[in-house]
Amino acid sequence: MIRLEKRPEPSRGWTALTPVLAVVLTMIAGGALFALLGKDPFVAMKTIFWDPILGEYAFYYRGQLLVKAAPLVLIAVGLSLGFRAGVWNIGAEGQYIVGALCGGAVGLAFYPAEGWYIFPLMVVAGALGGWLWAMIPGILKTRFNTNEILVSLLLVYVAEQLLAASALRWLKNPEGQGFPGSRNLAQYPAASNPELIAGTGMHWGVVAAMIAVIFAYVLLNRHMTGFHIRLAGQAPRAARFSGVSPSRLVLFCFSVSGALAGLAGLFELTGPAGQISIDFNVGYGFTAIIVAFLGRLHPVGILLAGLLMALTYIGGEAAQSTLGLPAAAIQAFQGMLLFFLLAVDVLINFRVRFGRAMA
Amino acid sequence: MQRRTLLGTAAAAAVLAGANLAVAQDGPLKVGFIFVGPIGDGGWTYEHNQARLAVEEEFGDKVETVYQESVPEGADAERAMTQMALSGAKLIFTTSFGYMDPTINVAAKFPDVKFEHATGFKRTDNVGTYSARFYEGRAIQGHIAGKLTKTNKIGYIGSYPIPEVIRGINSAYIHAKKANPDVEFNVVWAYTWFDPAKEADAATALIEQGNDVILQHTDSTAPQAAAEKAGNVYTFGQASDMAEFAPMPRVSSIIDNWAPYYIERVRAVMDGTWQSDDTWDGIGAGMVKIGEISSAVPEEVKAEALALKDKIASGEYHPFTGPLKKQDGSDWLAEGETADDGTLLGMNFYVEGLTGDIPN
Repeated sequence: MIRLEKRPEPSRGWTALTPVLAVVLTMIAGGALFALLGKDPFVAMKTIFWDPILGEYAFYYRGQLLVKAAPLVLIAVGLSLGFRAGVWNIGAEGQYIVGALCGGAVGLAFYPAEGWYIFPLMVVAGALGGWLWAMIPGILKTRFNTNEILVSLLLVYVAEQLLAASALRWLKNPEGQGFPGSRNLAQYPAASNPELIAGTGMHWGVVAAMIAVIFAYVLLNRHMTGFHIRLAGQAPRAARFSGVSPSRLVLFCFSVSGALAGLAGLFELTGPAGQISIDFNVGYGFTAIIVAFLGRLHPVGILLAGLLMALTYIGGEAAQSTLGLPAAAIQAFQGMLLFFLLAVDVLINFRVRFGRAMA
Repeated sequence: MQRRTLLGTAAAAAVLAGANLAVAQDGPLKVGFIFVGPIGDGGWTYEHNQARLAVEEEFGDKVETVYQESVPEGADAERAMTQMALSGAKLIFTTSFGYMDPTINVAAKFPDVKFEHATGFKRTDNVGTYSARFYEGRAIQGHIAGKLTKTNKIGYIGSYPIPEVIRGINSAYIHAKKANPDVEFNVVWAYTWFDPAKEADAATALIEQGNDVILQHTDSTAPQAAAEKAGNVYTFGQASDMAEFAPMPRVSSIIDNWAPYYIERVRAVMDGTWQSDDTWDGIGAGMVKIGEISSAVPEEVKAEALALKDKIASGEYHPFTGPLKKQDGSDWLAEGETADDGTLLGMNFYVEGLTGDIPN
């Protein structure tokens, strides 16, 4: 007989260990899946987890890991502040899109001028765009007590329509022969966000993600606002008695997460993606929610979780083309990771007991 | 700005240096394919994958093919191509319009690797482009649709309002109108190439509005399934034959047949005769095929459709032959004049008689 016994308080050891355990379980179950598909599970695991870091072409993949992880980490750090305080911004994908559109529009307005000030202006516009889009659910929540989960999520679909209209009409490349899509900003030096050091994948988005991690760490551990955020999440009533304004907290969390998501969109647009196209967004805003929880809402944890997520993407792609694994199998593999993480979370709050209950 | 540009160039050079070291190989020619949808989509990507298999069949152990499916059009596509080039692919087919800039970028870093980009218009020394004259098939489809409709309303599920799709709508409309002067077209834009749920919604909405023939420029069989449920609604297979829905609701189809072209290009790389060029073939060359016209179509309509197909194949008839006017009433083609490829490739207007605006 297996029983679950509630722990008096959450286990710190398991809090740190469960992500590792989840990864190990994912490897076992994923390996079984790949074996059923007729592939050698050990080769598959090596392709996904080992080759991108230390394999033959790692010189290329290591940089790509940073490129892929940067937007995830940047968005997830912002979201984690709100999640800790019980403020649920589910619409980072929309804020990411609107940030990219606003920043991109500023850059395109200057085309073809040259000037050092253009890119910084775009960065500011990107952050403002994301902030603005996040303020809609934020203000509706504080003024009219609407559900921020629904409003922020549904605004993603509005943002996708804005993106389509921009690619087809407002920001369409006048020299694009009628095809949708803006000018390529990565090829417009004053507005581009190239690799800062050749071959490293390091672009301004990566730098911003690292700064965000440090900023969030200091905020949560050394600053009064960080204390309020943690307090509001753990004991909302106590927070109110100690003078935390719920409205201000909601607006603060939405501001930070929206602006960071907008920045992520802008850096992605001007660097790896290059142009505003109908399919510009590929789900970073949603995946970042997984990254935030995988990283235990802790800035350093999020950094590691973002890199791990990027690894499963890049290794997964490599496994597709080198081993002929179907894309769906890779997606199932990534899904398993979240599944196992949630499943083993039970160990943090519960102790597993074998045998009969004594009392 | 100069520093940035310099670093960018250095980055390209560094990757290039690495690449030259890495891609040295012998043995079979490695050919890569980047797919926009899953190979089981039953439409666009399915047919490209069939051609990949045909390449394997043709050359046996002289080729090795690799592919990656459902690759988003953007930064991820660039990585997928780079990864294929690094692992030794010498020829890479990038099979969707949205891969255009990524293909050009990656090709610049791997001058020894040949790239073939479907439906684009940017070419370099090692990037060629190819597409098919689907509008020829649309003419035949339009004719059959015009004859079959009883409500005189034909629904059209557009993907994106780009020239290729607009050409198809125009061609189908012109020939439906010739077959049945009372016909009217209702176009909805799905903004996707492959999304069964969205396509099913679009088809259902069109059917509810009284359209009894549904044409589509999206790749799934969801519209066929919706038509089957509604009964008495006709559809056509898109990109692939979709024969599992024959004889009803699928009455015919436009099939993309990439195999001969892929085999030819692989052979050219093997022989060292590959050169960047632009290929745009139609029914005549066999790149566009018309799927069997099913028993749901009356014999005489079938005969007319096949006659039209033969005239297009032989070059005797061009689907865009004047007199034709644009939607705004201005003249486009005079009596007997045919459209030039440049206009067709950049087509961003409806012909006279079509209602609604192109989202543009």
